[in-house]
Amino acid sequence: MELKDIIKEKNLVYRKTPLMTDNILSYCPGCGHGTTHRIIMEVIEEMDIQSRVVGIAPVGCSVLAYDFMDIDMIQAPHGRAPAVATGLKRVMPDKFIFTYQGDGDLAAIGTSETIHACNRGENITIVFINNGIYGMTGGQMAPTTLPGMVSSTSPYGRDVKMMGNPIKMTELVAELPGTIYVTRQAVHTPGAVRRAKKAIRKAFENQKLDKGLSFVEIVSSCNSGWKMTPVQANKWMEENMFPFYPLGDIKIDGEMVSKKESQKITQP
Amino acid sequence: MKELRLMKGNEAIAEAAIRAGTDAYFGYPITPQSEVLEYLTAEKPHERTGMVVLQAESELAAINMIYGAASAGRKAMTSSSSPGISLFQEGLSYMAGSELPCLVVNIVRGGPGLGTIQPSQADYFQATKGGGHGDYHLLVLAPASVQEMADFVPLGFELAFKYRNPVMILSDGLIGQMMEKVELFEQRPRATEFDQSWVTTGKTSDRERNIITSLDLDPAGMEKHNRHLQEKYKKMQQEVRFEKIMCDDAEYLLVAYGSSARVCQKSLQLARDKGIKLGLLRPITLYPYPYQVIYELTDQIKGILSVELNTGQMIEDVRLAVNGKTRVEHFGRFGGMIHSPDEVLLAFEKIYLKK
Repeated sequence: MELKDIIKEKNLVYRKTPLMTDNILSYCPGCGHGTTHRIIMEVIEEMDIQSRVVGIAPVGCSVLAYDFMDIDMIQAPHGRAPAVATGLKRVMPDKFIFTYQGDGDLAAIGTSETIHACNRGENITIVFINNGIYGMTGGQMAPTTLPGMVSSTSPYGRDVKMMGNPIKMTELVAELPGTIYVTRQAVHTPGAVRRAKKAIRKAFENQKLDKGLSFVEIVSSCNSGWKMTPVQANKWMEENMFPFYPLGDIKIDGEMVSKKESQKITQP
Repeated sequence: MKELRLMKGNEAIAEAAIRAGTDAYFGYPITPQSEVLEYLTAEKPHERTGMVVLQAESELAAINMIYGAASAGRKAMTSSSSPGISLFQEGLSYMAGSELPCLVVNIVRGGPGLGTIQPSQADYFQATKGGGHGDYHLLVLAPASVQEMADFVPLGFELAFKYRNPVMILSDGLIGQMMEKVELFEQRPRATEFDQSWVTTGKTSDRERNIITSLDLDPAGMEKHNRHLQEKYKKMQQEVRFEKIMCDDAEYLLVAYGSSARVCQKSLQLARDKGIKLGLLRPITLYPYPYQVIYELTDQIKGILSVELNTGQMIEDVRLAVNGKTRVEHFGRFGGMIHSPDEVLLAFEKIYLKK
């Protein structure tokens, strides 16, 4: 059998979505950003909404997200993406608007913009990448850094008495009446990627309902910032991040999901 | 239909915003400009024109909502007063960097810090020299009447879209709060006639994706972008606007803008009554600044008094304009105090006529 006999539509098992550009990803090998970018673009392709979607990139590692996503994009000031999205959506209510934000961006400097966009129930989608560290600036302590976790500004581990506690933004915004769908996912295994993609699809579909904000947290590893190999980082994430930031749906269709149900959903 | 009304400066701004076809206003309450947001929410502009009005959770959020709406190529505006304008600076720097049009109104109050709620012109440097980080300029309009408060709204949008640059109306609590007769212009459409090829409204198959950003990690690219911005600011110089009052035979000149110019107009009358040949140059655009016309006046002028509601900011531009050819001094009350016409004349006489 020759190569040309193999390259046929019926044999196609994987292809890159055309909505991802051919630019070389600036992310470290092992990072969850690339996978998350891809599944968002796949959802946009599958929903056939490229001409109706605008993404908002934050400050942080994903500041250059617009280099990789073949859609109209805005780069927002640090933490302000939900406000930018609010302005955009309010003048274009029929478009699909999403923000893509890291933990420093969303849960530290942009806490106010995040909480108020969620509370107003802006009809947008927020994708929140939580890796517990400031990746781009070189691995400093983030608002989501775990207690005892080492970073370049908590070199002896996060001392919660002195440095404060990690903040669970996703649980926090789920309590607000303006959110319709709140979930926490991961992208470190094929199963997790499938579930995360389903969550992102739902978060985008929700914009058609005009019933509030959809919030998808992706717990991700930052092996460079954590000073681990990609495999070690995924293992460390499962053992340390997931117990503190448990995966699963927190709020569906405006209703809080009980912890028991949530765990059932996340079982492989 | 043109319409005459007695209005506060702040109300005139708000009514003009609706009539100018503004797409969105995002704001946060602060004295002495809260009437703008109050008027807009009471007026239901979404019913009149489809205009969006939203009270933001902070000035930081408000300016970034503007950033979002402006990215869609819409006419977006906000208003605030000095402490709030300080919080706008991050967003304004980003918008100048990514070349977004918008209109920002500053109803200046005395500072620094929380300062006072009374009128001041202490934000001149911040408004005209950039304000936020980086090499950039806002185009700055300085109304001296409630009529100009209204008229500068559509003018501001026109300039903002013409140059894809934030425009600021720099006024103060005096003009914001006082009532005057205003002739309101007719309702204009929300659409703009300017180029919209750059907007982020969703990538269609007939074009490449549009990106709104002020980031370029390559310093050579960033230098190039800065050169482009400077070229634009050079082109903006043609927008310079000013008013010459009794300058033809003037031997001395007052330079004042906004509410200070209103006070100085009376000082001029008092001076003329005493036989002093005093003129007034009122810059209407503070950026670009009318350097050339001030320079040309130096041939006939023995001295200039820069009269400002601050401790001496615009005087630096007046000195740049005259380039050492004429003596330039400053007079002004500050911190929320307003000079009287007599005070200005007395200060002028003390400095230049040695009285």
